[in-house]
Amino acid sequence: MLVIDDLWVNIDDKEVLKGLNLTVPAGETHILFGKNGSGKSTLLMTIMGFERYRVKQGRITFRGQDITYLPTFERARLGLGLSFQRPPTIRGVKTADILRVCSRGAIAPEALAAAYDFTAFLDREVNYGFSGGEIKRSELLQLLAQNPHMVLLDEPESGVDLENLQVVGAIIAKLLQKERRRLHRDKSGLIITHTGFIMDYVNADRAYILGAGRLCCQGNPRELLQDIKNFGYEECAKCRR
Amino acid sequence: MSEIKERAEQSRQKKAAFGPDLNLEDFSRQGGAWAYDPDYRQFSPEERSRLLTAGIELTDEDHAGTFLQADKAIVHCQTRQPGVEVLPITKALQTHAWVKDLLWGLVPVDADKYTASTELDLDNGYFIRALPGAKIEQPVESCLYLRTDRFAQHVHNLVVVEEGAQLHIITGCATHPGVVSGLHIGVSEFYVKKGGHLTFTMVHNWGKNVHVRPRTAVMVEEGGTYISNYILLRPVKSVQMYPTVTLNGPNAVARLQSILIAHSGCELDVGGRVILKAPRTRAEIIARTLAIGGTSIARGHLVGLEPHIKAHLECRGLILGNGVVYAIPELEGRVAGVDMSHEAAVGKIAAEEVEYLMARGLDEDEAVSTIVRGFLNVKVEGLPPALEQEMEQAIQESGKGL
Repeated sequence: MLVIDDLWVNIDDKEVLKGLNLTVPAGETHILFGKNGSGKSTLLMTIMGFERYRVKQGRITFRGQDITYLPTFERARLGLGLSFQRPPTIRGVKTADILRVCSRGAIAPEALAAAYDFTAFLDREVNYGFSGGEIKRSELLQLLAQNPHMVLLDEPESGVDLENLQVVGAIIAKLLQKERRRLHRDKSGLIITHTGFIMDYVNADRAYILGAGRLCCQGNPRELLQDIKNFGYEECAKCRR
Repeated sequence: MSEIKERAEQSRQKKAAFGPDLNLEDFSRQGGAWAYDPDYRQFSPEERSRLLTAGIELTDEDHAGTFLQADKAIVHCQTRQPGVEVLPITKALQTHAWVKDLLWGLVPVDADKYTASTELDLDNGYFIRALPGAKIEQPVESCLYLRTDRFAQHVHNLVVVEEGAQLHIITGCATHPGVVSGLHIGVSEFYVKKGGHLTFTMVHNWGKNVHVRPRTAVMVEEGGTYISNYILLRPVKSVQMYPTVTLNGPNAVARLQSILIAHSGCELDVGGRVILKAPRTRAEIIARTLAIGGTSIARGHLVGLEPHIKAHLECRGLILGNGVVYAIPELEGRVAGVDMSHEAAVGKIAAEEVEYLMARGLDEDEAVSTIVRGFLNVKVEGLPPALEQEMEQAIQESGKGL
């Protein structure tokens, strides 16, 4: 699904990613751990193709196509979907409107919102005055409407209370076809998480630690999280499994 | 000479408080001698589509009344429903003895050279009245049309909404496709009596060298409501106006909304003032200005003279490419117990908003249009469908090539 090969990325002339390699096969969900500022969000933003994130070297291939220099909207249309950690507010644009945009008119926002208890927000301006949990639900519903082949989730559980976490987890599980048997899944995910809470809702296949601009450790998501808890990022980075 | 004429004479050269000063000698007073046209037959398809973009449908269907003045000439005037009266102002003066007492009752004749010249050399204007208790469902459509190049049009309008009546007026002001320059002076005085309800939607589509000087004042009595929508999407040389609404009786309400696009070469100076003179009156002024190369001064002034009034002013400007938006919100409370607030913001389109929408699959032009559409998203009830299309087109064009 996604293959990243020797990726070097600058933000405002500062080197952030330094030779990162990553492969996420179809139907798999991978988790990205790493300290604050280690470049996790940079990786997702670069995959999505935002202007500020300059690729200096390397290649990103998605569904067999080189997308390294493709405009963001074309990546979205190819089937990449991003849930923002802190999305902007768009005044005057209603949540129902953006759900229509995401699905390119293919779904009725009312039905989608009703299924996830979000009807009251349809008439509200996108992200305006939303709580942390509401923002995440809005982001994930947009992805459901968009129905991408691969989702990039930037800390989907941050700022979400326990009650909302269940809804958030359920939507992510749906996005990643967790209701199907593993063999029959074809959607992929790359998820940034600090707490690992989200792993209770999605059985992730593999996890990595991002440090010093590249993936420095990988393994079973739960084991890796336990190691980080026990030994800290520094030790994990040193072991270089 | 009457006192009013005398005051007008003395103000012939008086500059307006705001806006670029115009030399009235630069314009012609020779308008076309257009014939009365009961079926709108004299309008070419080109003129029709031009007028449509100002919301003028050129049909008596679905309208409680219609009025069309081209240059000086009344080309069409119809009343279609009981309870509403539509007349040229010159005729109304002959029909009702009291009309003369209402003219210049709200707008001072000596405000400036524009009001003065309207009194001294009047072309015509409309008189629209809703009779007591009449609920006029369909809108009255009025059109003030500049059909001759360089013509200066002098118009005096009077609207009376009697006690308990309801009225919606859509007024479209436009120039003939061949008219490049000109001047429109429109003095408008609206009286909304006790419990009356007036919605006044004004759409401008002038030529790019046309100057416009509306002079509007509104008096709203107890429990009355005045809603004004002003839409200017197309190029014009200059517009200067500062309508004043006085809420004169308890529980009267006013809402002034404007949607403006300042194109390159445009000088807009558009304000709104509400004087809350009675207890429990409420007012809201909402202005959205999009600058695409032009200059827009957005003024707003709320004056609270009684306790238990509530008033809010919201002025937002968006600059695309270049242009100037100068927001001047003023709140003036003159007694304890007033509740007045304002919100003003001028900015450009944030790159992160564009990228956010692009991540949802919109290309850059679509993303910008979506943001602009959201910015201009002020709900205006009862707009003709053609005008909504016009608005959509203006939005799409605004975002091009950024």
